[in-house]
Amino acid sequence: MAVKVLERRPLSFWERTYLPQVLGGLRVTWRNILRPSVTLQYPEQRPTIPKGYRGVPTLVRDPNGREKCVSCQLCEFICPPKAIRITPGEIPATAETAHVEKAPKEFEINMLRCIYCGLCQEVCPEEAIWLQNQYSMTGTTRAEMVNNKARLYELGGTLPDSHFKWDHKKAESERQAGGHH
Amino acid sequence: MENLLNDLLTSSGLIFVGVRGVILIGIVMTIAGYAVLLERKASAWIQGRLGPNRTTLPFVSWIPLIGPFLRLGGFIQPAADGGKFLFKEEPMPSHVRKIYYVLAPIVALAPALATIAMLPFALLPDGTALALCKGADVGVLLMFAVSSLGVYGIALAGWSSNNKFSFLGAVRGSAQLISYELAMGLAVLPVFLIASAPGSDHGLNLTAIVASQEGLWNIIRQPLAGLVFLVCIFAETNRHPFDMPESETDLVGGFHTEYGAFKFGLFFVAEYGHMIIGSSLFILMFLGGWHILPGIPQIGTGIIATLIGLGTFFTKLVLFLFFFVWVRWTIPRFRYDQVMRLGWNVLLPLAVANLVLTFIYYAYAG
Amino acid sequence: MVTDNKPSLVALNVDGVEYQVSAGANLVDALASIGKEVPHYCYHPKLTVAGNCRMCLVELGSPLRDRATNELVMENGKPKIGWQPKPAIACATNVSPGLHVRLDSPTVKACREGVTEMLLLNHPLDCPICDQAGECKLQEFSAEYGRGYSRYVDEKNAKPKHTKLGPRVTLDDERCILCSRCVRFCNEVAKDPVLGFVNRGSYNTLTCFPGRELTNNYSLNTVDICPVGALTSTDFRFKMRVWFLKQTSSICTESSTGVNTTVWSREGKIYRITPRRNDAVNDTWMSDSGREILREVDAAHRITAPQVRGAAADLESALTTAGEILRAGAVGVVGSGHQTIEEQRLLTHFTQATQAKAYVPARAGSADGLLISEDRTPNFRGALLAGLTNRAADRDLSVLKADIDAGRVRTLLVCREDVTTLGLDATTLAKVRMVYLGLHNDATAKAAEVVLPALSVFERSGHFVNCQFRVQSFVRAIPGPVGTLPDVAILARLLGSVTGQPAAFDADSLWKDLAAKQPALADLSPSKVPSDGVIVDGSAWANLSFPEGKLLKFAPATKA
Repeated sequence: MAVKVLERRPLSFWERTYLPQVLGGLRVTWRNILRPSVTLQYPEQRPTIPKGYRGVPTLVRDPNGREKCVSCQLCEFICPPKAIRITPGEIPATAETAHVEKAPKEFEINMLRCIYCGLCQEVCPEEAIWLQNQYSMTGTTRAEMVNNKARLYELGGTLPDSHFKWDHKKAESERQAGGHH
Repeated sequence: MENLLNDLLTSSGLIFVGVRGVILIGIVMTIAGYAVLLERKASAWIQGRLGPNRTTLPFVSWIPLIGPFLRLGGFIQPAADGGKFLFKEEPMPSHVRKIYYVLAPIVALAPALATIAMLPFALLPDGTALALCKGADVGVLLMFAVSSLGVYGIALAGWSSNNKFSFLGAVRGSAQLISYELAMGLAVLPVFLIASAPGSDHGLNLTAIVASQEGLWNIIRQPLAGLVFLVCIFAETNRHPFDMPESETDLVGGFHTEYGAFKFGLFFVAEYGHMIIGSSLFILMFLGGWHILPGIPQIGTGIIATLIGLGTFFTKLVLFLFFFVWVRWTIPRFRYDQVMRLGWNVLLPLAVANLVLTFIYYAYAG
Repeated sequence: MVTDNKPSLVALNVDGVEYQVSAGANLVDALASIGKEVPHYCYHPKLTVAGNCRMCLVELGSPLRDRATNELVMENGKPKIGWQPKPAIACATNVSPGLHVRLDSPTVKACREGVTEMLLLNHPLDCPICDQAGECKLQEFSAEYGRGYSRYVDEKNAKPKHTKLGPRVTLDDERCILCSRCVRFCNEVAKDPVLGFVNRGSYNTLTCFPGRELTNNYSLNTVDICPVGALTSTDFRFKMRVWFLKQTSSICTESSTGVNTTVWSREGKIYRITPRRNDAVNDTWMSDSGREILREVDAAHRITAPQVRGAAADLESALTTAGEILRAGAVGVVGSGHQTIEEQRLLTHFTQATQAKAYVPARAGSADGLLISEDRTPNFRGALLAGLTNRAADRDLSVLKADIDAGRVRTLLVCREDVTTLGLDATTLAKVRMVYLGLHNDATAKAAEVVLPALSVFERSGHFVNCQFRVQSFVRAIPGPVGTLPDVAILARLLGSVTGQPAAFDADSLWKDLAAKQPALADLSPSKVPSDGVIVDGSAWANLSFPEGKLLKFAPATKA
């Protein structure tokens, strides 16, 4: 690649004294003093959370109260800092959602490791893990900073569902049961 | 009552001098504390923040109007800062030279306080200056000599910390002090040349210098000397853009890397003490001291005039301290070689040239 | 099928490029051997060809010849190829000279896309909960050859989601693509025909014959060969996703067959064991009982810490005490076919240093003619090669009992064998001071003065010699319990406390020693043992009577 040498303009006398520059700088900072402050008085004033904000990852239920996570462990796999730890489990055959077969026995997200990247939400095939508006996670021990399954559902709450895929599946299998011969 | 006030301000009795000393130290420490507040508030304003506005005391917050004003202004913050420094754990790294390590903050602070004893703040009704050690003809020389001792605190701290960053900071501090002392000394000589016109016996008396500015401030008579002296006191107090001994981006914390809690607090107060001295000297020698403005005659008489002069002086001091802070949050730190070049190649020749020109002017034209 | 004698090579033209492949080989295998993948579901190299999945459709052709002259028809200076008008399945084609194959023509691509779309019509697409996800052929080929979206607007078939086919296998009918690999396995390999298809069309379903169950000891192989997640292991089901599991090559210790296995573990926990293909030992199969061996790692009666006279001790003091005991003299040594050849070599040195007599007891069981032999230890041949013994395995330890009773043996070092089940009762053991290097807290451990924890096959590395005199290596999959040392290190310390000099126990020096002393192992070292093992000369022991009968890939030598 061709190298182009730019001649630097020689400094004038006043520029070399550095004084006009200093005075210009003082003028800039003085104008800043007169401007209003942008500080948010945090505990009393809360920031407005923009759409698509990536807060603390949480687990959500569908409007019927079914836990959406099926413990496929894709989030655990994609998680760059290895913050997620899932113990898979089987849904007992007597449960109402037995047709889903699989659910996490334990689901832990270590918020000391989490980097809020949102890859878990992006990879989730069941739309079960969401980074919502919660931005303040505090604790006085390391153990407190690990969100277990109960806490994750408490934080996540219920989100609207546009598919109800498992409910449709159950309805279909019940309709077809023994009916096709 | 008036007698007691008079005695307190003027008497040379040992008790009164002692009481004056205690009061003075109290005032200086308070100003230093509030200089910190000024620094924090001004930096906040410059950066679009609010600064300290939470600290308050239970009974103070109950007072309507004044309570919220004190809280939002952060006026109780210095007390909280001091209390924090007092009650923090006092760490002592295992690898330091213990005696010198403990001695260093004291050595840093003591010259700052001692110098203030020589400062005249106002003119008393009897024509002498209001100062702890009044009438010292060698005032300025002594002040330069003693305040320069502060660098021993820095050198001692850097060396006893047994840490290369601390040591580098200390070496930088020493070299910088030596480099700028020369230019500073030469810059003020024309001022004394003007004040000590042939026939007068003022010597190096600061009161006389203030008196000589009643008509015209020295900053107008000697702008170049004023500029050189201004830059030099920034360098002497290790303030931005000359805070080479600290320069946290390359030396962690500089000479006080290994210090914490109250020992660090002492260094902190010493820095602001030096700022007060530097500001006071500049005000006395270039900004007319306790004179309100050039050309405005003295207001009131007797003790009233003294108090007005005192108020004028402290107003100028606060404004000058603000200027210190303002500059700090405006100009980035120099590189070390730039500091050296500025001191030796620019300021020193300028000061010498100014002295020679002034001398020629007064010898032939004046 | 590929025959054992060196096959001749023929030219195969793939997409216009000439390759040399084995003559007569199955086209899928032949293409795999030159690095070309033909997607397939029903074809399995160790089963008969069914040709029902249609995924491996390719275009075939051969050079045209003039009918009259039998001359090659030339076109533009090249032989003209006569392409078959319809695509054919590669798995039912054997390589013939001059065969031309098209793998990426529009027709082939359209075939694959069509087959994939058809297979996915009724597929539940429940990959998030499917255990096969990550090793599912349907998943892989759908991603590679599928269209990426579904045009199917009708209802999908609902089928039973968890049918128990047997004690260890669960069937998810919705995922089944009817490839019939499991049916053929049961018919051809396990010789236990219990699986079949019932109903027609989209109701076609895999099921067990009425009144039968998939109970045979090879049932879990159907799970391994199932290309989708239809057949799942009841034990492994929903336990862990396969992409988290580390695969380690290992050897099954169930019997002297030396089945090659892969151990799947994550963070020190083994989740499953699957067979590793070795055409000379186990093809691609292994027994269900061999997969159960992973339970011994976390067994309740596992010895995890050293004991001295019944009290827990640290390893250092236990080794010191053991050294004191073994220096007393009149030592007897019980070795084991569960030890690696390296451990057996160190034990041989130990017997030589103490002038001890070594006993290697037999662990006999019934064989099934496939992959489980009569000798239920993986490495008795190793004891022969290492010089620990030169006679057939002792059926019981009555000789040792006589030696103890006569006072000729007063100190005993027992390795990995519960001697109380081999004829040494408590009264006999009370006469000796015993050091036990064992895996389980059994009756021998209770009688021993010093108990040293041994490591399972998954926790140590080494070599076993199977019934074919095939040296095979296995690698540590998980770390042993905290505070334990590998068996070789412990044996080296015991040897050192007897000889007074530290003994080397690294694989290199042990194998140098083995190669120098054992002509059959000359020139052999761990780095020279290939992944499918290497056969060494065992003719020196041809006159010994070994218990093994005929197995899948082993036939006992006929006595002259």
